[in-house]
Amino acid sequence: MGQVTVRVQEAPFDLAAESAALAAGRTDIGGLASFVGLCRADDGLAALVLEHYPGMTERAIARIAAEACARWPLSGCTVIHRVGRLAPGAPIVLVLTASTHRAAALESCAFLIDWLKTGAPFWKREEFAGGRDRWVEAKSADDAAAARWSAPPPDGGT
Amino acid sequence: MRVLYFAWVRQKVGIAEEEVAPPPEVADVAGLMAWLSRQSPGHAAAFANAGQIRAAVNQDFAAPDQPVGPADEVAFFPPVTGG
Repeated sequence: MGQVTVRVQEAPFDLAAESAALAAGRTDIGGLASFVGLCRADDGLAALVLEHYPGMTERAIARIAAEACARWPLSGCTVIHRVGRLAPGAPIVLVLTASTHRAAALESCAFLIDWLKTGAPFWKREEFAGGRDRWVEAKSADDAAAARWSAPPPDGGT
Repeated sequence: MRVLYFAWVRQKVGIAEEEVAPPPEVADVAGLMAWLSRQSPGHAAAFANAGQIRAAVNQDFAAPDQPVGPADEVAFFPPVTGG
């Protein structure tokens, strides 16, 4: 199994630094895929507040990462998910996957973000100007995206 | 038994966590939800629509028929929305 890094943090992350760390000292990596999720300003959003279940979150992400390493020949992967209050445009989540060839890197990166959306205990609350707020509802499209990786999932939150 | 609440479930119950000692006949996740919903108006509001609630036992997602006991950590929350 490749090198797996999982972090849940309030601070921003540095895509370039994380990419360099994943590839550092290696010459067997032929492709590194990345996904960065950003906070969209839907409907006049003022901020997104992310809550999680400390302990279970890291455990769930590590399990999803282990599943990715079992399904694709990965040199390593990095998953960083932010929590707390995030402004529109701010990065929320980073997924990096590295492999000898591009297909494994690209596919496992998509797998990881699809499963992060449905299999890790995070909840988003949207805050709007004027103090109104609402909890984001789970989307069936996200369940469908995760389900396309038909093999048994690490478990499902929805 | 330690019970944790997250997101709007926490807001409706009014607390983030509590220690509870349900009677022995409360044996699984669904039974615990039914028992908790009778503990206060906030609990009743949170658990009013059981179909909208997900659970974890000892930090793993759990189905309604999963057994629970005094030493367990049980969490209730809405469907997850991370990523």
